[in-house]
Amino acid sequence: MFEIFGIPSMALFGQLLIGLINGSFYALLSLGLAVIFGMLNIINFSHGAQYMMGAFAAYLLLKFTGLGYWPALIVAPLLVGLFGVVIERTMLRYLYKLDHLYGLLLTFGLALIIEGVARKNLGSAGLPYVLPDSLQGGHNLGFMFLPNYRAWVIVASLVVCFGTWFAIERTRLGAYLRAATENPTLVRAFGINVPVMITLTYGFGVALAAFAGVMAAPIYNVSPQMGSDLIIVVFAVVVIGGMGSILGAIITGFGLGVVEGLTKVFFPEASNTVIFVVMAIVLLVRPAGLFGRRA
Amino acid sequence: MDTQFEIKAAPPHGASPSVWRDNSETILFVIMAVGLIVAPFFTYPLFLMEAMCFALFACAFNLLIGYVGLLSFGHALYFGWGAYLSAYAAKSWGLTPELAILTGTATAALCGVVAGSLAIRRQGIYFAMITLALAQMMYFFALQVKLTGGEDGIQAVPRGFLFGLIDLRNEAAMYVVVLAIFLAGFLFIYRIIHSPFGEVLKAIRENEPRAISLGYKTERYKLIAFVLSATLAGLAGSTKAIVVQLASLTDVNWPMSGEVVLMTLVGGLGTIFGPIVGSFVILVMQYKLSVVGEWVLVIQGAIFVACVLLFRRGVIGEIAAKLRIKL
Amino acid sequence: MKKSLGLAALAAVLVCGTASAQDIKVKIGVLTDMSSLYADVGGPGSVAAAKLAIADFTKDHPNVKVEMVSADHQNKPDIGSQIANKWIDVEHVDAIVDVPNSGVALAMSQLAKQKNKVFIGSGPASSDLTGAKCNANTVHWTYDTWMLANGTGKALVKTGGDTWFFLTSDYAFGHALERDTAAVVEKAGGKVLGKVRHPLNTNDFSSFLLQAQSSKAKIIGLANAGGDTINAIKQGAEFGIVKGGQKFAGLLVFASDVNALGLKTAQGLVLTSTWYWDMTDANRAWTKRWQAERNAPGKFPTMVQAGVYSGVLHYLKAVTALKSAADGAAVVAEMKKLPTDDPLFGKGSIRIDGRKMHPAYLLEVKSPEESKYPGDFYKLRATIPAAEAFRPLKDGGCSLANG
Repeated sequence: MFEIFGIPSMALFGQLLIGLINGSFYALLSLGLAVIFGMLNIINFSHGAQYMMGAFAAYLLLKFTGLGYWPALIVAPLLVGLFGVVIERTMLRYLYKLDHLYGLLLTFGLALIIEGVARKNLGSAGLPYVLPDSLQGGHNLGFMFLPNYRAWVIVASLVVCFGTWFAIERTRLGAYLRAATENPTLVRAFGINVPVMITLTYGFGVALAAFAGVMAAPIYNVSPQMGSDLIIVVFAVVVIGGMGSILGAIITGFGLGVVEGLTKVFFPEASNTVIFVVMAIVLLVRPAGLFGRRA
Repeated sequence: MDTQFEIKAAPPHGASPSVWRDNSETILFVIMAVGLIVAPFFTYPLFLMEAMCFALFACAFNLLIGYVGLLSFGHALYFGWGAYLSAYAAKSWGLTPELAILTGTATAALCGVVAGSLAIRRQGIYFAMITLALAQMMYFFALQVKLTGGEDGIQAVPRGFLFGLIDLRNEAAMYVVVLAIFLAGFLFIYRIIHSPFGEVLKAIRENEPRAISLGYKTERYKLIAFVLSATLAGLAGSTKAIVVQLASLTDVNWPMSGEVVLMTLVGGLGTIFGPIVGSFVILVMQYKLSVVGEWVLVIQGAIFVACVLLFRRGVIGEIAAKLRIKL
Repeated sequence: MKKSLGLAALAAVLVCGTASAQDIKVKIGVLTDMSSLYADVGGPGSVAAAKLAIADFTKDHPNVKVEMVSADHQNKPDIGSQIANKWIDVEHVDAIVDVPNSGVALAMSQLAKQKNKVFIGSGPASSDLTGAKCNANTVHWTYDTWMLANGTGKALVKTGGDTWFFLTSDYAFGHALERDTAAVVEKAGGKVLGKVRHPLNTNDFSSFLLQAQSSKAKIIGLANAGGDTINAIKQGAEFGIVKGGQKFAGLLVFASDVNALGLKTAQGLVLTSTWYWDMTDANRAWTKRWQAERNAPGKFPTMVQAGVYSGVLHYLKAVTALKSAADGAAVVAEMKKLPTDDPLFGKGSIRIDGRKMHPAYLLEVKSPEESKYPGDFYKLRATIPAAEAFRPLKDGGCSLANG
C-alpha cells in the first residue's frame, strides 16, 4: 500500500468515491437549473426549495399514505413538478418579456415562502426518513465500507443525468426544444405549441430537483433549510461549468463533488469554501465557465 | 447645498412647469431631513438609528441595481464585514468611533475591489450568482475566524467618544451622528448619480455595447461603481455596529443580502428615495412581527412575489409615475 | 434611575413593616427560539413550562400578580437585544428566561446587568455565563458546556472508552466543547487519537466518518449540536460505525434530538443530561401536565424546558421574599440565599457565580427492543453528584467568586 501526501491510497479511494456521491446531487441540481435556464432564460432560485419539497413529499407520503421509498421516487417528483407547472402558468410566464433579473427575484421570493411554510408546519429540527429495507447494509470494498444506498445514489443519478442529456441532445423532442430556444417564432410556425413546451420544461427541471430531494431524504436530515444551504453552492457549480451545456453541468457537478471530497481529507476547514475558490479561479482564467459557449 | 438640486432637477416629461414639480427632489429631501430631526421625539430612537443604517445600505445597493443595472445578491458581505471590523476596531483596538467606522468602511471597500473585479467579468444573472457565491464564501470565513467571534458575534462594543470628546452613550449625540452620516451618504450618492460619471453608468445600464462603442471603458466604470456601492454599504454596516453595539453573523449571511434587495424593490429600483422608504417599510414590518417570528419569512417572500408581479416600480416609483415627477 | 430604585426599596421596606397582603407585580419575558433549530429544545415548550410555574406559584400566593410575555429571538443576538430592550424599556419586564443559543444569552446577560434586571438562562450552553462573563444579575440554571464535557468524557473513559476521535463543529462552541472534553478524557487516563473539524451545517459527514472509522478509536465524540449531530449519527449508522464496535458520544444531545433520530439509529448513544422526564413520579406527573398545556401528547419535555419551570418558580419565591421585583441584583442575591427546592430538580442551591447546582445523569439511549412505550428513551448509567457535575468555582474565573 502506498501513500499520497501522507494519506494511504486506500483511504483516498474511499474519499474519491464519496466525493462522487455528493457530486451526484450537484450534478442533478445543476442539470435542472441548466435545463430551465436553457428554455426559459430564468435562474430558478427556488430550485433548492423544490429539492427540499421533494424530500418532504417523500416523508409525508410515507407518513400519511404509507407509500414507501420506491413509489415516492416517482410520485414525489411528479407532485412537485406539477407544483412547478402551476407556478410557471400563474407567475413566471408574465416575466419572459422582462429583464431576466425579475425571474431571479420572483423565484427567490417563492423560495422564502416555501421554506417559511415548511418551517411553520414541519418544524425546523428536521425529521427522520428511514432507509428502505432493500437498500440497507453495504459491502466491504477492501478500501472502504460502501453502503448499498450510496452506490444506488451514484447509479441512479448517472442514469437520470445521461438520460436527460440523451433526451435533449439526441431525440426529436430534444431537437424541437433546442430549436425553440434558438427561435421560438419559427418553431411555432411548424405547428409546435411552444408555451406548453416551456411549461413542461420548467415542470421537468423542478421534478429533477425533487428527485434529488427524495434521493437525499434517507441520507440527510429532512429539514426546511436543507435546500437553501445547497442552492448557493450549486450556483457556484453552474458558474464554473457555464450554463450553456447540459453535459457540462453534469461533468462539473460530479467533478466538483470529488474536489470537495478531497478537500475534506487534506484541509477539512476549507471544505465548504473550496467550490467558491474554484469559482473565483475559473472566473479569472475562463470567465465564460469551463463549458460556456459565450466569451 | 440646495442650489445644486435646483439645477439638476430637470422638468420631467412634459409636466406643467411648476415650482413643486421642478423641485420635487429637493422638497422631499427637506421633508425627510426635517422628519428625521423631529422623529426621535415621537418614536424609539434606537429603532430610527438602525433604520437609517439600513436605509443607507439600501441606497448603496440601489446605486448598483438602479443606475448600473447590476443585481448584486451578496451585499451582506460589505455590510457585515464593515460591521465586524468597525466593532473589532472599537472594542479590541480601542479606536474612537469615527476611526472604527472608517476602518470598517475601508475593509468593505477592499472587499469590494476584490469581489467586484471578479464579478464584473460576467453580466446579468451570472453577476448575481457570482456575488452571492463570493458573499457566502466570506460568510463561512466569518464563521471560522477568531476575529468575528463566530456564533456569538462581537458583543458589548463600546460606543466611545466621538473625536475623543463627545460621549456617544448619550442617545441624542449618537442620533445626530447617525443622521449626519446618513444624510451625507445620501447626498454623496445623489452627487454620483447626477455627475457625468453617473450619466455614463446609466448609459451602461441602458445599452452596454453602445457605451463601449462610444469609447467608454465600461469595465472600469462598473468596477468603480461597484466599489463605491460596497464602500457605502460598509459605512452603513460600520455605523450600525457602533449604534447597536453588536456585529453578528446575521449581517453577513445571505438572508441579509436578500433583505436589502427586498427593501430596494419595495421602495422602487432606480428611484433615489425608494430604498429609504422601502427599508423603513420592511423594518417596521419586522419590528411589528417579531412576536410572530415564524411568519416573517413567508411574508417577505410574498412581498417579493407581489412586487415582481404587480408593482415593479415600487412604492416611490408608482407615486412618482402617478404624479409625473422625479423622486 | 437611582432615585426610583431608592423609592422602590423604601416602598419594599414599608410593605415589609406593615406585613400587609399588598399585591406584588412581576412580569416575566420568555425569550426563546420559536421557529428554528432550538424550537423543540426550548420554544413553545418553554413557554408552556413557564405558564405551569406561574400557575403553581400564584395558586399558593394569590397576592403575587405575574404576567408573562414571550417572543422569538430567531437565534440572532441583534434581534434578541432588540426585543429585550423593548420589553424592559416599554413593557417593564422584570426577568428574561430561557434563551437557548449562547450568543443571544451572552447579550441578555449583559443587558440584564446594564438595566439591573434578571436573566435566568435555561437554554444556553456556554459556561462563560458563570465564568469570565459572569455578573450579579444572571443565573445559569440547567446545564453548561463544562458539565457536558465532564459528565460524558469522564464516565466513558471509566467504562473502557479510553481512545477518542472528535468530530468538531468548526466554530467557537465546538472548539470549546472539544477542548474541555479532551482535557477530561486525558485527565482520566484516556487518549485522543485524532480529530477533524467540520464546517457548521455540514450535510455530508461520510468523509469525516471514514476518517473516524480508520482511526480505530473506541469513542467518536461529537462536539457539535442540533442538525450536525443528527446527521453525523444518522450517517454513522449507514456506514456501520456502531456495528463495527465504535460508539458515539453526543456531547450535546437533547431528548428532542433522540426523537428526531429514532431509537433505531440513536441506540447506544451516551449523553449527559440534568433532567429526564421518566426518572421520578414527580417528573412523570409534571410531564402529563406539560403535554396538556403544550397540547402535544406525543412530545416529551427536555431538560431546558424543565429548567424554565424550576427557574421561574425559584425566581418568584425570591421576589415574594423581597416583596419587589424592581432591583434585579437584589432579587438574584435573594435567589442565591434561598435554597432551591422544586418537584423537578429537587433540593439544590445557586452558587455565588450564578451557577445553579444539581446532579447530572449519564444516560444511554435504549434500543427499540428495550423501549417499552413512547418516550422511553434512556437507561441511567450513572449519577454525578452536584459538587462534581459542575466546574469548581475557582476554575471559572468569575469576578464574583473573589469578592
